[in-house]
Amino acid sequence: MKILVCISSVPDTTSKINFTTDGKEFDKNGIQFIINPMDEFSLTKAIFLQASAGATVTVLGVGDASIEPVLRKALAIGANDAIRVNGTAIDSNFVAAQIAKVVKEGAYDLVLTGKESLDYNGGVIPAMVAAHTDYNFINACVGLEVDGTNVTADRDLDGSRESVSFTLPAVVAGQKGIVEEKDLKIPNMRGIMQARSKPLNVVEPTDASASLTVVGYEKPVAKSAVKMVSPDNLDELVTLLREDAQAF
Amino acid sequence: MSIIAFVDSYQKKIKKSAFEVVSYAKNIADQSGKGLKVVAFNVDDVSELEKYGATDIIKVNDAQLDAFSAKTYAEALLSVTEGSIYVLSHSNMGSSIGAFLSIKKQATLITNVLSIPSSMSPFTVKRKSFSGKGIMEVTAATDQIVVTVMPNSFGAQEAAGTGSISEASATTSGNTITVNSIAETSGKVSLKEADIVVSGGRGLKGPENWGMVEELADLLGAATACSKPVADIGWRPHSEHVGQTGIALAPNLYIAIGISGAIQHLAGVNASKKILVINNDPEAPFFKAADYGVCGDAFEVVPALIEKIKAAKA
Ligand SMILES: Cc1cc2nc3c(=O)[nH]c(=O)nc-3n(C[C@H](O)[C@H](O)[C@H](O)COP(=O)(O)OP(=O)(O)OC[C@H]3O[C@@H](n4cnc5c(N)ncnc54)[C@H](O)[C@@H]3O)c2cc1C
Repeated sequence: MKILVCISSVPDTTSKINFTTDGKEFDKNGIQFIINPMDEFSLTKAIFLQASAGATVTVLGVGDASIEPVLRKALAIGANDAIRVNGTAIDSNFVAAQIAKVVKEGAYDLVLTGKESLDYNGGVIPAMVAAHTDYNFINACVGLEVDGTNVTADRDLDGSRESVSFTLPAVVAGQKGIVEEKDLKIPNMRGIMQARSKPLNVVEPTDASASLTVVGYEKPVAKSAVKMVSPDNLDELVTLLREDAQAF
Repeated sequence: MSIIAFVDSYQKKIKKSAFEVVSYAKNIADQSGKGLKVVAFNVDDVSELEKYGATDIIKVNDAQLDAFSAKTYAEALLSVTEGSIYVLSHSNMGSSIGAFLSIKKQATLITNVLSIPSSMSPFTVKRKSFSGKGIMEVTAATDQIVVTVMPNSFGAQEAAGTGSISEASATTSGNTITVNSIAETSGKVSLKEADIVVSGGRGLKGPENWGMVEELADLLGAATACSKPVADIGWRPHSEHVGQTGIALAPNLYIAIGISGAIQHLAGVNASKKILVINNDPEAPFFKAADYGVCGDAFEVVPALIEKIKAAKA
């Protein structure tokens, strides 16, 4: 089985987000980039399948050379090789077209991604890749078993959890639950040393245009100061909840 | 060409977010002078959609649509009607269908939309980014557009008018996803769509203390939620974990009890319209993001608040 894991390089979750003074771009100054947390769950699942089903695991990132440390980390966690599509991830349409091309050319059986990347919160690249490749697709996967070409998976469907079956080839968008957090793989020294000699192939992007243009970024409107209510005066809080927040 | 609104449903019932989607689509239809068509799959009663301005409702009943498959749903939708702008909810269901629609129609896909367009041509709108730490304004390059609306960002708005309900049959290439079993993961009120959410953190000390959280939630018709460590320890189910790596919410009121307000937690709830924080530590970071705060012991404040609300409602 050939598995492709899509990795997005995103700002560390504690980062303070700033934009350039003209509001046109995200300001990368002082930001540390990490593997998108949801992708990390899917990557670990792929490494488990590598051991249990003899799968090969390729990781894929779309971006300039600055995303290579994140791909090397994925190699150190255990992926066999990496591909970087040398393009700027302008929008989900562009990125999905790049991934789909690699999927088709490499005839991957299973494409694992995170459900959403924590920077642009699009949450649609996995489904777009499935649409391009005509692979089966499930979103928000919280449990996955592969037996030959048969897949059984659990998915979150907005307030309910379904167990579903389908066959490979497939695109599966994972999140916490596809593996447990305690099972996430952390690179060890041996893995880090090995990663240095694993192949990281750089390919040029296919011609795909972005369909979105960013007009600008802004920060959410700052909240006005908190209204503190004494625990001895909860009547005031009840009035605020009823009249201001219209809670009941 | 019309504006198309897709109705999220589950087990034959319309989801609350669908009323918001119809309201949003109606707003666009009015702005652009185009017609609005509302499409519902396998829903028993669609008449309630009319309250929100749905005058042309297309009902599709088909066993192939019993199991959710984004591809099959997108094909079915395109087989019963086509439009220029498609509006769906930014749910797992809506965003997945939206992605397939956008590829099939070569339309621009804009997800997590927070407000009505500031311009219809070119279509320009604000969307969430960086887990709510940034807002992004984008313009679509095409006239064909698919938007998914962040639940609770626009609100359901009633609009007068009655219309027609027609039935249509869909054609698809066949559904390849089989559902083996279904389990409900949300309580009485679905978390992502709830108007009010009552949430507890590690400050509640143990799962046995959640009775008061549930009682307060019941009283307000709210959903319950929790911080990540609470789900990780197993005090509450993972389906209640909100935040950057859990569910992102935008309720009208978020009540945080015994939650510190770490940046990753805030990232999932900072879009709430109002936030009430109950915490015994005056330095808890959550107070900085709150509208109302009570600095006190949750085990005293919450039961007292429950009694006061009961009295006020009586
Ligand atoms: C990559 C990453 C992703 C993460 N994603 C998320 C996420 O999605 N969601 C999330 O929630 N967290 C997330 N976290 C964890 C986050 O950083 C915090 O650790 C977590 O939110 C803290 O939860 P808490 O506030 O319940 O617990 P604590 O930090 O232990 O805070 C408990 C609070 O309760 C108060 N308290 C104690 N006793 C009482 C009492 N009797 N009455 C009133 N108040 C009391 C305390 O003053 C304290 O403020 C993430 C962390 C990382 C590293």
